[in-house]
Amino acid sequence: MKRGTSLQTPEWPVSLLKPQKPGQRVRKASGWRLFLKTVLARAYPRIIGQQREKSWMFFDVFLPLLSVAAYVYIYRAIKAPAEYVGFVVIGGAMTAFWLNVLWSMSSQLYWEKEQGNLALYIIAPNSMMAILLGMALGGLVATTLRALVITVIGSWLFQVPYAISSFIQLFLVFTLALVALYGMGMMSASFFLLLSREAWHWANLAQEPIYLLSGFYFPIKSFSFWIAAGASIIPLTLGLDAMRQLIFPSGAALGFLSVEVEIGALLLMSVLFLLGARALLAYMEKLAIQEGRLTESRR
Amino acid sequence: MEFAIKTENLGRIYKIRGGKKEDPKELVALSGVDLQVGRGELFGLLGPNGAGKTTLIKILTTLLAPTSGRAWVAGFDVTERVNEVRQRINMVSGGESSGYGLLTVRENLWMFAQFYGLSSAEANRRIKALLKVVGLDDRINTKSSDLSTGLRQKMNIVRGFLTDPDVLFLDEPTLSLDVGASRDVRRFVREWVDQDPTRTLLLTTHYMVEAEELCDRVAIINKGRVLACDTPANLKHRLQKDVIYRMEVSPLNSLGTAPFEALPGVRKVVHRPQDGFSVLELILEKDDALSSVVATLTSADKHILNLQKREPTLEDVFVDLVGYSMEEVEQAEAPEASQ
Repeated sequence: MKRGTSLQTPEWPVSLLKPQKPGQRVRKASGWRLFLKTVLARAYPRIIGQQREKSWMFFDVFLPLLSVAAYVYIYRAIKAPAEYVGFVVIGGAMTAFWLNVLWSMSSQLYWEKEQGNLALYIIAPNSMMAILLGMALGGLVATTLRALVITVIGSWLFQVPYAISSFIQLFLVFTLALVALYGMGMMSASFFLLLSREAWHWANLAQEPIYLLSGFYFPIKSFSFWIAAGASIIPLTLGLDAMRQLIFPSGAALGFLSVEVEIGALLLMSVLFLLGARALLAYMEKLAIQEGRLTESRR
Repeated sequence: MEFAIKTENLGRIYKIRGGKKEDPKELVALSGVDLQVGRGELFGLLGPNGAGKTTLIKILTTLLAPTSGRAWVAGFDVTERVNEVRQRINMVSGGESSGYGLLTVRENLWMFAQFYGLSSAEANRRIKALLKVVGLDDRINTKSSDLSTGLRQKMNIVRGFLTDPDVLFLDEPTLSLDVGASRDVRRFVREWVDQDPTRTLLLTTHYMVEAEELCDRVAIINKGRVLACDTPANLKHRLQKDVIYRMEVSPLNSLGTAPFEALPGVRKVVHRPQDGFSVLELILEKDDALSSVVATLTSADKHILNLQKREPTLEDVFVDLVGYSMEEVEQAEAPEASQ
């Protein structure tokens, strides 16, 4: 570093910042272009930055595969139908999305506040919804990579047979399940921010029960109708159920509701959660400005 | 005159919640603040920690709603025309740790530039130029988690200038910077404002030298109120009729400043205990008053180690207005703040 001398050097570049005429400012995008730029820019740290920590291969791929293996061997030991192995591999892959939404989406605004980023996001001319969408998009892309690796390795290790009955429906179910899930994460991000540190307990509390209720490692048809219906508030419950029906030969027989009904429910949840996210975000911002405490870091 | 910032009777009261059965307490952070900052001005807010500087900046940057009065930035009301204000401002706070550690300096800055709608090409051009200005160009591809606190603060400063705002708010920008880097930043700040008469910069600081060296005008603020607002020269001129002495004496210990303040002709006394001696800053009405100060010291068996007559500084103005030095105010506020 050229301490104390940088302002006297001949290549002093401050002139590069001088406008051609007074009052002339750098051109800036606005409207939907600014919205899009914000989404992509906020997605960037997750799509690019998160891959730099190579530890993700251990924590996000190897450890989930161990859980998958444990269930596979249990099912094999009790001579469960062969499809159950496939159910477990798909469930194991989808847990990556649940963990991402719980720990990197719901609690993210709280962390942004602690880092001092939240205030900068609020005073920028972009929409806070674009920031949240960027977080969701980044998390979704980065987690899809992890889920894909788990699926490929799990399928290869345990020789999972697939028989996809409808690619279009499968794509629709997967997309809607993730849109609804990340919509829910966006909604809970504002809620968790209001809860501040207590959010940790809620996230911890939600993690394991959802593994059970959403049927990550078994078909939710095993539950009574009302328990399965209650668990369906988590979009992954219906998403997993529909995906299993579409990619395994006997999946339909073990399905909770028909694929069409589940697609309709996921579509409804996507819309509701995204609208809820927008409303809660507006409420959070209003509260932040009125009370002045939500943008105050504890450092 | 065209104002870049204007406030009218601006006030902010925080409600502090106690226990469940207690009623919330009220803390007046700002009260009746009237300020006008012209376009092209480098304006300083000078005051101790807890004086209300950051609250004022938060209101002006649309982060906080006032509980009374109104404020305008770049001609727009900060509560009614939020989006218009946000398009024209930026803010940097001292000691902030914004951005993401996994991203490089360039990537972090590029990300923030996108939030303001800059094209990638323009953002990268400005990032390179600004990093050179603050002497961080050799760290452009370093992950920000690998930067020291001071280097990180330089990155934050670049973030503020990057978006080419009409009005820039710098809240204690040289906090955690070393002497050389602080001087570089101050010079750049001055030059940035001088380059374009439509650029305005509001700086908060509790460093007197910074305010004195940089600012066209300074508002002295304490306990949420603006006590004085003028050019540094005019503020100091208030004390022109007084004489100011800096005296180093053997440790005062329990003697304190009261015996000196009771003397005729002595206006204000600030005591700064040092390692092995005490410093007395004396504001006197006339030179004659010095002899009674010396007599009091002698009778208390204290020795004069050094005596210097000097020109008034903004620190003296602050002492004259508040009655205490900024250090003393901060020390007095500290136990309250920690409760």
